[in-house]
Amino acid sequence: MIKDITIGQYFPGKSVVHRLDPRVKLGLTVLYIVMLFVASGFLGLGVGVIYLLLAFLLSGIPLKMMLKSVKPIVPIIIFTGILNLFFISSGEILFEWHFIKITTGGLRTMIFMASRIILLICGTALLTYTTSPITLTDAIERILSPLKIIHFPAHEIAMMMTIALRFIPTLIEETDKIMSAQKARGADLDTGNVFQRAKALVPILIPLFVSAFRRAEELALAMECRCYHGGDGRTRLKQLKTAPRDYIALAVTLLFLAAVIVLNIFVKI
Amino acid sequence: MGIIRTENLSYVYGEGTPFRKVAVDSVDIDIDEGEIVGIIGHTGSGKSTLIQHFNGLLKPTSGKVFIDGEELFADKSRLKEIRFKVGLVFQYPEYQLFEETVYKDIAYGPKNMGLSDDDTDRRIKETARLVGLGPELLQKSPFELSGGQKRRVAIAGVMAMEPKVLILDEPTAGLDPKGRDMILRMIKEYHAEKGVTVLLVSHSMEDVAKTVSKILVMNDAKVFMYGDRSQVFARAEELTSMGLTVPQVTRVFDRLRAMGVEFSDEVFSVDYAKDLVMRLLKEKGDVKVD
Ligand SMILES: Nc1ncnc2c1ncn2[C@@H]1O[C@H](COP(=O)(O)OP(=O)(O)OP(=O)(O)O)[C@@H](O)[C@H]1O
Ligand SMILES: [Mg+2]
Repeated sequence: MIKDITIGQYFPGKSVVHRLDPRVKLGLTVLYIVMLFVASGFLGLGVGVIYLLLAFLLSGIPLKMMLKSVKPIVPIIIFTGILNLFFISSGEILFEWHFIKITTGGLRTMIFMASRIILLICGTALLTYTTSPITLTDAIERILSPLKIIHFPAHEIAMMMTIALRFIPTLIEETDKIMSAQKARGADLDTGNVFQRAKALVPILIPLFVSAFRRAEELALAMECRCYHGGDGRTRLKQLKTAPRDYIALAVTLLFLAAVIVLNIFVKI
Repeated sequence: MGIIRTENLSYVYGEGTPFRKVAVDSVDIDIDEGEIVGIIGHTGSGKSTLIQHFNGLLKPTSGKVFIDGEELFADKSRLKEIRFKVGLVFQYPEYQLFEETVYKDIAYGPKNMGLSDDDTDRRIKETARLVGLGPELLQKSPFELSGGQKRRVAIAGVMAMEPKVLILDEPTAGLDPKGRDMILRMIKEYHAEKGVTVLLVSHSMEDVAKTVSKILVMNDAKVFMYGDRSQVFARAEELTSMGLTVPQVTRVFDRLRAMGVEFSDEVFSVDYAKDLVMRLLKEKGDVKVD
């Protein structure tokens, strides 16, 4: 169960997509999202699909992982789908029963929105599949750093994100371990009503919190011992540098965006 | 047929991802009831993964596990029963403590088994004595105890379930020599008193050598060998090549034997070595021992 969480999982690799400058990659992802929201018809989304498939193929990440990234949000897709289906009434009526009315407009919106959400998730998943969390926060820090002039704590925020991301796998692993340990003592997590199940979680949550606090304290101490005092005057080991491939990727993405806009203007599906 | 038996047991982590890792590879073992067995191997050799199969926490990727003749996962509803039969103490078990008092924490397992309050109380008192926790500690919060005491509380929590098989994963990790000896002695006493099967996972040969009678050596996800202490230590060179060592005393005595000194017995612990040497010297009358 817990192992199925793929959001934020990084797949090391050496593909072009992996090697893009993370700042550029972040920018491309934003452009891709803009592309999806600008698209007003299925053809526009089709362009998004082509862009996504192209990126996935270049990255060498198995397409299976794309589907896996959608799995956790299936309930959300179904929920918004149902809302769209029942509450949008435009176009012809396909089906009517008491107060329930299904229209072609509703059906179209449902499919359109679901496709858009799926494309959105797959695209952002590709970003995290191909960029290690540390690199990503690094990029965010660099992008936000001009705001330091107005005393925006870019470094501190990036550091907090780095630490939070760094500890997600650790905490998942820890939860797994504690669950196993309590199961070995006969804990029953899978049966009983809601209250029994909630109560069964106590032996897992308490040790988890205790260890999270312990870790936080140890980490703070370790950082202080190494004279960490915020971002002022820190230089970095890995300098981010843009390469020609970054500009090519940017140009291609802008082309796709332009295609979507052109389709919007001239084709109405 | 032994109490723990595996048939061609394999386990793979992260199947279908770039992180695929075969952690246990075609393992066939047969451990007899009442045995006290050490499981050793270098770090990452698959010891922890292997033992988590014995109480059904991990489901084999392929192969079978039999406990007391019963196949695990043949009937899922029996798993809980099996977990009461095979007690597993994890590495750093002190991190699983959660109750307000030591007493209540040890009671968690027995309560889950559905034991009456009287039975639970009896078992808690008994295991507390076995692991050397004084009655005054039972009403304290487990979070106020020292590391070694916490460890003993956690071990007591599993012992109190009186499993037919007790498995301990690195029970001495991170303890000082005194704490280590105390835990090992406690495990030995528990085994002697209850006569149950005990598996002790460790990567310290010294620890294993002075506690167990049989040894299972893991190497790169496979079982390298399973046999009596002396059989295992006889292959010192191979052990060294996999990053394990034979206890120093054993090596010293092997060398002495090679030089022609007669010993009646294999030597695995310093205490025993001392007795042996003293006895020999006395026999020869070379020294006055008082
Ligand atoms: N949850 C997991 N996910 C993926 N791989 C794992 C997981 N747990 C262990 N492994 C891998 O499986 C292999 C065996 O691990 P295991 O913990 O069984 O070794 P071990 O012999 O107990 O080592 P140690 O002495 O360090 O405790 C290791 O290579 C480890 O990296
Ligand atoms: Mg281990």
